Amino acid sequence: MKPPVDVPPRIVPLSESALTVEFGETIAPHTNDLVLAFAAAVEQADIPGFREVVPTYRSATIYFNPLLADSSTMTERLRALMTNARTAPPRLPVTHTIPVWYGGEAGPDLSVVAARAGLTPEQVGPLHASVVYRVYMLGFSPGFPYLGAVPDRIATPRLPTPRNHVAAGSVGIAGAQTGIYPHASPGGWRIIGRTPVVLFSLTRSAPFLLAPGDRVQFVPIEETEFHHLFRDHL
Amino acid sequence: MMEGFPLYGSIMPSKPPTIHVLRPGLFTTIQDLGRYGYQRFGVSVSGAMDPWAITVGNRLLGNPDQAAGLEVTMQGPELLFEEALSIAVTGADLSPTINGVAMPMWTVVVMPAGSRLQFGMRRGGVRAYLTVAGGIDGPLILGSRSTHVRSGLGGLAGRALKQWDRLDVGPARTAGSNYVGRTLPEPHRPRYRTSVTARVIRGPQADRFTDDAWQRLASSPYRLTLESDRMGYRLQGPALTPRTSADIVSDAVSVGSIQVPADGLPILLMADCQTTGGYAKLATMIAADRSLAAQLFPGDSLSFRVVTPDKASELFRSSHAELERVLPPHTT
Repeated sequence: MKPPVDVPPRIVPLSESALTVEFGETIAPHTNDLVLAFAAAVEQADIPGFREVVPTYRSATIYFNPLLADSSTMTERLRALMTNARTAPPRLPVTHTIPVWYGGEAGPDLSVVAARAGLTPEQVGPLHASVVYRVYMLGFSPGFPYLGAVPDRIATPRLPTPRNHVAAGSVGIAGAQTGIYPHASPGGWRIIGRTPVVLFSLTRSAPFLLAPGDRVQFVPIEETEFHHLFRDHL
Repeated sequence: MMEGFPLYGSIMPSKPPTIHVLRPGLFTTIQDLGRYGYQRFGVSVSGAMDPWAITVGNRLLGNPDQAAGLEVTMQGPELLFEEALSIAVTGADLSPTINGVAMPMWTVVVMPAGSRLQFGMRRGGVRAYLTVAGGIDGPLILGSRSTHVRSGLGGLAGRALKQWDRLDVGPARTAGSNYVGRTLPEPHRPRYRTSVTARVIRGPQADRFTDDAWQRLASSPYRLTLESDRMGYRLQGPALTPRTSADIVSDAVSVGSIQVPADGLPILLMADCQTTGGYAKLATMIAADRSLAAQLFPGDSLSFRVVTPDKASELFRSSHAELERVLPPHTT
């Protein structure tokens, strides 16, 4: 894919203690690369008053202590960092292999996704697992990754009415995005499968499995293997 | 009862003081000033809805600002104090009593061993804060004790208090008794109203809204609907329809963000809001007005007035400076 023409990033206040730096308005790997390089540069820059940075699809939000930094000084620092971030070599992405039991009880929406795509239910899992996904960002709930993009054919809009209960580990589709519910929660994504992998656990030294910029490779597994692996993860 | 027994701060107690939850109240949670540093992983900041009120309570007691307390909503709990303990109740006036006798708000008082703290009629505001010398103890989850019920993080097993819960109290850095009677002077106490004007700055998608929409936002009061909680307030009033689509590619949202979905009815995000969102962000309520907004109840009225970002920063600094002057932070 050809990178879009670069437009100068826009810096807008989100609050008196946060600035959002927008690198574009669409979901594109090129834009997300700029966001991630910039977020990494901000973290390493040791800016007085800096609290945290939240990289998303197309923007990075910088939270700071307004008693230690004012908005205009912060804006200047961020502008200076942009130049460096653009020339910095990108971090090598970490790739995670995530097994998924597609369909059956694990994927209540798989048949609808198949019907819309003109596929048999058996074809959906392998097609969903045929591409390496980028973790564009995390949000919604602790450890929930927004992954993209799914093959056009199985891109499916959200449920008209969200479910009250989506099982932990559920893999869903919303438009061209795909994601994994780390915990049981309400949710409106089309659920096609479930993984035994635990995305967020406070008992691990690194509580979050995925970070923005990582890659995810899904691997279809059978129900029996799911239960086997699930026990191993407990 | 041991008359004249020294408070636990001056000697090593045999066990940390415990508070027993006899009745949990409507929705009582452990909160501090919030969980920072993990928003990039989707972890909400949460923390006290009214950070100013809990900070005052902690400072009156000589606690660090980050000490945890209880956020009591509308209808308070009934708590039994096993040991004597200095406490302060700040925020909403929910008629707190000790063994049935009215206790003063915004003031350090001693709960005698075996005494009961109860709450009664709501006189003003919605959320009261119980702070105790030494702070409410419990595991630090990702750097904070704040409860975020939606994700089940922090506090007591990530949930609101239940009957027969037991709360531990942290070690007080000083004998809490030194501060008994310490009070926030009357002129500095907030007067919670049912009709509040909050100041806002323009949000990241402000340009998506017409001058008409901005006019409506600045001239008409909005009402809090029943769908208003720690995550956010859904507001009822004139619709603020964006000129283009209301949906954006999701990015970061903050406490105070005013999102506008396709129906044009604004949502004011509060302490438990998600880290990211896909609705256009029209405006952001300034931090200095968070406290008054946190004390609103469904049906109450909220109006908005636009200020510049510079003005918002200035107001942040002046409200911070006022608190520093009246109640300096406890230093080690």
